[in-house]
Amino acid sequence: MSAAPDSGLDDKGALRRAFLRGASGTAAALVADSSAAASPLAVLDSSRVLGKPVASDAYGHPSRYEAGIIRRQSPGLTRTNESSIAFTPLQNLFGTITPNGLHFERDHAGLPDLDPLQHRLAVHGLVAEPKIYSMDDILRLPSVSRVHFIECGANSGLEWGNVAVPTVQFTHGMLSCAEYSGVLLSTLLEDVGIDLKRASYLLAEGADGAALTRSIPLAMALDDVLLVYGQNGEMLRPENGYPLRLVVPGVQGVSSVKWLRRIEVGDQPWQTREETLHYSDLLPSGKSRQFTWIQEAKSVITSPSGGMTLLDKGGYYEISGFAWSGRGRVKRVDISTDGGRNWRTTRLQEPIASKALTRFRADWVWDGAPALLQSRCIDETGYVQPALRQLREVRGTRSIYHNNAIQTWQVTNTGEVRNVQI
Amino acid sequence: MSRFDTLVLALLLCVSSASACAATSWHGLGRAVTPEELASWDIDVRPDGTGLPPGSGSVADGQTVYDEKCASCHGTFGESNDYLALAGGIGSLASANPQRTVGSKLNYATTLWDYINRAMPFNNSKTLSANEVYAVTAYVLNLNEIVPADAVLDQSSLPKVVMPNHDGFTLDHGMGTKNGKADVANTACMQNCTTAEIKVTSELPAGFTAQMYGDIQTHFRHFDRPLLAAAVSGNTPAGLTLAQNSGCFACHDIDKSRVGPAFSAVASRYGQDPNAAQTLSNKIHAGGSGAWGSVPMPPQAQITEADLAGVVTWILEGAPRQ
Repeated sequence: MSAAPDSGLDDKGALRRAFLRGASGTAAALVADSSAAASPLAVLDSSRVLGKPVASDAYGHPSRYEAGIIRRQSPGLTRTNESSIAFTPLQNLFGTITPNGLHFERDHAGLPDLDPLQHRLAVHGLVAEPKIYSMDDILRLPSVSRVHFIECGANSGLEWGNVAVPTVQFTHGMLSCAEYSGVLLSTLLEDVGIDLKRASYLLAEGADGAALTRSIPLAMALDDVLLVYGQNGEMLRPENGYPLRLVVPGVQGVSSVKWLRRIEVGDQPWQTREETLHYSDLLPSGKSRQFTWIQEAKSVITSPSGGMTLLDKGGYYEISGFAWSGRGRVKRVDISTDGGRNWRTTRLQEPIASKALTRFRADWVWDGAPALLQSRCIDETGYVQPALRQLREVRGTRSIYHNNAIQTWQVTNTGEVRNVQI
Repeated sequence: MSRFDTLVLALLLCVSSASACAATSWHGLGRAVTPEELASWDIDVRPDGTGLPPGSGSVADGQTVYDEKCASCHGTFGESNDYLALAGGIGSLASANPQRTVGSKLNYATTLWDYINRAMPFNNSKTLSANEVYAVTAYVLNLNEIVPADAVLDQSSLPKVVMPNHDGFTLDHGMGTKNGKADVANTACMQNCTTAEIKVTSELPAGFTAQMYGDIQTHFRHFDRPLLAAAVSGNTPAGLTLAQNSGCFACHDIDKSRVGPAFSAVASRYGQDPNAAQTLSNKIHAGGSGAWGSVPMPPQAQITEADLAGVVTWILEGAPRQ
C-alpha cells in the first residue's frame, strides 16, 4: 500500500528502482525521486501522439489498468453460479457510492433478461382497484431519488464462528450504496386504494426463475420503501433488477426484491421459503428469530484491510472505511489501533444520509509495531456496534445472518494486514 | 403528520373532492386488471391454504416425478447430491451442527408447495402441474417421515400437515421494528477499555489464501508495479459462454465431476466418435441416464438448436477455458 509517486514509470515503462525495492514507501520514495532530479521527468508517448477519437468507447469503461477491480465470488461458498453471490471490492472504492458495475449481486435462480416493453407490475389483494402498470406508466409517476445502502442479511455470515476469508471484499462485500431513483411505494399503494383497515403485510415477487418472494410489513412499505428503476443516474443494471426492483431501506437485501413483477396486499405474512428456511436467525436454543428485517449499525475499515501490505514504517496512513445503520444516520465512528483498548473519533464525510454508507477517515502514523485496527459505529439511536464476543453471548455462532460485529485487521511487524478475530 | 396519516387524508380528499383528485392527475396511469388475467401470476400460497389450486398427489406419484426431475440434485432420498438436502436433520437445530432442511426448519408445509411450484426444478421452474407439485410435496414430506407412505395431499389436507418445527420461530427480538430494542449493549468507552490481555483467537491457516484465491494481490489496486498479468482478461470461447448462459454449469464443471460429469471427461469419452455431436445433442435435449452413474440428466428442451450446436462443439473440442 505505498502511494503513487509523481512519476512511477520511466519512459520505457520500467519501474524505478526505489519502488521496485518497495521497502521504503512514500516518503523515502519521494526523496529518491528528487535525488534523481538530475534526469528530467520522462515525457511519455501518450503526451506526444494523437489519442483515440471521442466516443471510441461509446458507453465507457474503467481504464484497462483497473482490470483487477471487479466483483468476485467467494470460492466454495455456493453450489452453483446461478444461485450465488458476487462480492463488491470494498477495498478499492472511494467515497460512498458504489459504481454500478461493482454493486454486489445476489441471484437465486440466475440472471434473467427482462424486456422493459413486456415487463409489467401487478398490484392487487386488499385494494380497491387491482391494477397493472407498464414501465412507461411507472416512469410517469411522481418520482424521488434517495441514497441508500443495500446489505445482504448474510453479509459477514461466514465469520460467526471463526475467520474464514482473507479480504474485506469477502468479509463485508455483500454491501453496496447507490442513489436510487423511482417512486415511493406509498404513492402506488394510494393509487390502487389500499384497504388500510385490513392490510398489514405485502408480498413482493420477482420475475426471475425463483419468483423470489418476501413479506414486507405495511408500516415499512408506507414509510420509505421505493419502487426503483434508476441507479446512479442510469437504469438499473440487469444484475440489480432491471427494469424494476424494490429498495427497502435499512433492511436485509433479500427484501429489496429484484425484477419486481407483483405486489399483493394481505393481512398476514406469507411464511415464504426466504423468510423461514433461510433469512431467519438460528439461536443456540434451536429457535430461530424470524422477520429480523433491520440491519443494525456496523462499520469496517477498508484501508488498510486484509491482504494489503504497509511498506512505510514510520509513515503516514489514512485509516478509512464505511459505516452504516439500518436505523438511520451514522452519528460517530471511532477507531482503535490497539485491539479496542483505546479509541479515538474519526472524521465523517458530509453529507450523511439516512440508511446510507458513510465514509469515515482518520490519520495514522504507523510506528512499525504490530497493530490491531478496529472501527466502531454509533448511530443516531445511540446504539454502539458490538464486539463479536457480545453477539455470540446472545446468538451463538450458527446464526449466519446479521453479524454486525466490530472487525479486526492485524498489522504485523512486516506490514502485512490480516483478517483476525480477538 | 405521519406518512400513514397523510395517505389516509389523501384518500379521503379524493373521495370527497374532485379538485383534490385533479391535483394528483397521475391516478389515471396503469389499468385495471382482472382476477382471470392475474391467475397465471397469482401463485402464492399462505399457511392457511389460501392460493392452493384444486388437484391432488400421492407419495407414490411424487416418487416418480422426484426420481425424474429432483433426485439428480437433491439425492435419491433427499439427502443431497451436491445441492441442498431436503430430508433429515429433524431436532438438529440446537446442536453444534444444525441442518436446515424441509423437515427440520420449515414451520408450514404450504411453504414447501409454494416453493416447488414457483422455483423448481431449478433449471426449468413453473413447469410442474398442480398434481405433480402436490405429489412431490407429499413425497418430500414422506422422506422426512412427516406424512405416511399412503398419503395423498390436496388443498384441504396440505394446510393441516403439522411440521416438526412449527413452533420453532420467535418474534421476540428488536430487529423487526424501527424502534426495536437491541439485544447487545456495547458502550462507547474511549480509554483503557479493557485490562485483559488482547490476543488473536482466530486467523486463516498458512497457505489458505493462496490455495483458495490464487494471487490475492490481483484483487487490489497497485500504482507501484505494472498491471498484473492475471488481471488482464483472456478470450472466452463462444461455446463456453453459451454453456454458461444455458445453465449447464448448474450441474457440470469444466474439469471436475459435480452432479454430472466434467465436460473434459465427456470430451475424452466421445471425442473420437464420428457421431459424437449428434449423440450429445440428443442426450442434452432429451435427457439421459446410466452413462455416468445413477444420476439422470434431465431433458434440456429449452436450449435452441443453434446454442446447442455451439455448446456441443465446445465440449468436443475438450472444453477449453480460453
